[in-house]
Amino acid sequence: MTVDTMAAIRQTFFQECEEQLSEMEVGLLAMDEGNADSETVNAVFRAVHSIKGGAGAFKLTALVQFAHTFETALDLVRGGKLAPTPEVMKPMLRAADVLSDLVEASRDGREIDESSYASIAEDVKALTVIEGEAEEEEVIDFQPAVIDIGGPEVAPEPEGPKLHEYRIKFTPRPELYANANEASLIIRELSRLGQIEVNCDTSGVLDLDAVDPAGAYLSWDIKLNSEVPIESVREIFEFVDGEADINIETDGQPEVSAADIASLLALALGGNSTSETPAETAEAAPEMAKEPANEAASASSALTETPKNVAVQAQTTIRVEFDRVDRLINLVGELVINQAMLSQRVVEANFAGSSSVVIGLEELEQLTREIQESVMAIRAQPVKPLFQRMSRIVREVADATGKEVRLKTDGEATEVDKTVVERLAEPLTHMIRNAVDHGIETPEERVAAGKPPEGTVRLSAAHRSGRIVIEISDDGAGINRAKVRASAIKKGLISPDAQLSDSDIDNLLFLPGFSTAATISAISGRGVGMDVVKRSIQALGGRISISSRPGQGSTFSMSLPLTLAVLDGMAVSVAGQTLVVPLTAIVETLKPKNGELHGLGAEGRVMAIRNTFVPLIDVGTQLGFRDTPADPERSVAILVETGGGARNALLVDSIQDQRQVVIKSLETNYGTVAGIAAATILGDGRVALILDVDALVTGTFEDHLGESLRFGT
Amino acid sequence: MENVSSSANGVNREFVSFHVGTQEFCIDIMGVREIRGWTQATPLPHSPTYVRGVINLRGAVLPIVDLAMRFGIGLTEPTARSVIIVVQVHQQVIGLLVDAVSDILTVAEAAMQPTPDIASELAKTFVKGVYAVDGRMISIVALDSVLPVSSKAAA
Repeated sequence: MTVDTMAAIRQTFFQECEEQLSEMEVGLLAMDEGNADSETVNAVFRAVHSIKGGAGAFKLTALVQFAHTFETALDLVRGGKLAPTPEVMKPMLRAADVLSDLVEASRDGREIDESSYASIAEDVKALTVIEGEAEEEEVIDFQPAVIDIGGPEVAPEPEGPKLHEYRIKFTPRPELYANANEASLIIRELSRLGQIEVNCDTSGVLDLDAVDPAGAYLSWDIKLNSEVPIESVREIFEFVDGEADINIETDGQPEVSAADIASLLALALGGNSTSETPAETAEAAPEMAKEPANEAASASSALTETPKNVAVQAQTTIRVEFDRVDRLINLVGELVINQAMLSQRVVEANFAGSSSVVIGLEELEQLTREIQESVMAIRAQPVKPLFQRMSRIVREVADATGKEVRLKTDGEATEVDKTVVERLAEPLTHMIRNAVDHGIETPEERVAAGKPPEGTVRLSAAHRSGRIVIEISDDGAGINRAKVRASAIKKGLISPDAQLSDSDIDNLLFLPGFSTAATISAISGRGVGMDVVKRSIQALGGRISISSRPGQGSTFSMSLPLTLAVLDGMAVSVAGQTLVVPLTAIVETLKPKNGELHGLGAEGRVMAIRNTFVPLIDVGTQLGFRDTPADPERSVAILVETGGGARNALLVDSIQDQRQVVIKSLETNYGTVAGIAAATILGDGRVALILDVDALVTGTFEDHLGESLRFGT
Repeated sequence: MENVSSSANGVNREFVSFHVGTQEFCIDIMGVREIRGWTQATPLPHSPTYVRGVINLRGAVLPIVDLAMRFGIGLTEPTARSVIIVVQVHQQVIGLLVDAVSDILTVAEAAMQPTPDIASELAKTFVKGVYAVDGRMISIVALDSVLPVSSKAAA
């Protein structure tokens, strides 16, 4: 196997780990909520087990060891020996966090100091001893636990163990290796069940030059003498289910599937007891007959097993590199532009409205729009993984602050563009930290206020009029407005006699450099405040608002575009060029009058808008499109608001219209351009630039402009 | 590339040759993605004079470098014959504005001569070497140096 394939397999393993971890988290949270049905527990167990198995193949010892400890505890829950009480679930959830840390560290090739999670490992280990279940071997071992697979075998086997002879034909398919499984590991596990005799069938091996390195050519004939029931043997192959052809014969009899047993049972109940019934079924059948009602249910569940598997397989997904999707999106964008151009030409050619050309074109337009929507949907992802990460943040912060907090999520299935999901993680983390650290009171304070000691942070997502709205609310004390006000005055952010409404005061939180925490805590007082959150939300083309009721808690509400591929903008003309101003930044547009403009300093100009003066920025000269400033009276001013709430007026020649534009990166083939956020392609096929209002206003690109901008400083 | 000197006959390479002003240049055909006619470019603010702006290449935003300006020969006045050679430089795709494409040359790798030692910036920065073809001198453009350093660092 070449290094490349190993790397690819490794990558697949970690991709799958991510899925397993997410499944595990979902299951654990459900268990924590009290929904510890066997399917959920099994799912969690399987996830941890799979991670352990994969990690073993890559010799990730630390990961394997921890997963093993975790798995042992889970196995007890699965076997009903350990009840998933809150006391049990707490270390379990922490263990889940450690497991994901370990996976992440292994992926990045880092090592995590064992002492950092030793206490959690101990806690989890302690769970396994509660029941007096002596852990005889601490060696890493795949324990062949006998589990109830939901089949008819309800009662434990009444008689002593007896020796079975299994004949197993094991033929891995290429998928098995592609999924980072290893045939030898399976065989090694089998060898632990009893006496084993393995013959490798090499008849499938081709000549060396015909061999596909990723193929599977070997198969094994395995003879196993063991006391364990067939389920335990099959369990070993559970891992590679669907990735290998497995045929197990017991004591000379072909393997009996659950469905077969069910049909046999049906026969047996019908009075036609068959002599060929294998030993196990014969034992089970009389047991079942005593409880006909129960049996019917099991039989039907066994019967539905096969169609259920089929249904799962029908919902298959494929992994596609994002580059490919992006290329497709680009092409569709081009298609949209092309179609717009074609429409334009047809209009110019003066075809009759009923002509087949016009009708055909309308159909094309509809199709294009549908294609565009479908393609955008490929990039859409549910916010679920993002929300799951937040539950961890809540746990950590609650632990660190000695608070009791529960995270409730809503609308996890809401879909939004992948990039939005990714870039939301940081602001959301920050806000969740704030909600727990500043919002929720300590249990004592809560009890004193007549609330339950456990606080609740609610995280919800929903689609609303073409945008996604994410809300974070807590049932804490709400914003202490007097304190906020005092702090703002102390920091010189507002004047002591300023008249502020409640919502004005709440919005002070978004001012740069504002922090109300009396002592800077390690959790939320790390020098970045809500202003940073607001900026990152705005950078995503979103808006954030806040509402709070004393004693009842606060709600932060964010409204974001569903995709970063398109943007609502205002197309304006500046020095013969078309530029796009993002609509989220625009407050209003004005026609400057002579008396409203005032000079300030050598080149600075301000504009009076309802008795406040805002700096006037001539976009044409600022971008170097012309040397002499435009005549304001023949121009249009666009009032924009930037991060931190600063207002500025942008002077442009004229406004063309408002439109949705497809965002194209300038960085891909060129680089960043000061004052320009991105580019787009207009209906006539030409490129137009999208303004970066923040950079334009703050003049962060002064250096590029040299002397011309040095006024006023 | 490494085995060029070890081969007696040399490896043959193909180049696209073109005119910039009165001089003739060429670039390896493997780096050329396509050749297209001149379209009006959208100027980029604060860009060097040799960056003529950006154009739409089937949905991608493509910066256009005026090679004559880049080489210090002077600004190109785009005409109907002007062409844009779309080339791939590392991860970036850029368009080179040239006066006209003249030929496709097949030359032996070993026939490349070092850049004549003259003290001009053009020769030192943008020319990897020269070929003598039918009495003409054709300079091989070093594509790496064509885009400004700052934008490459930013990308």
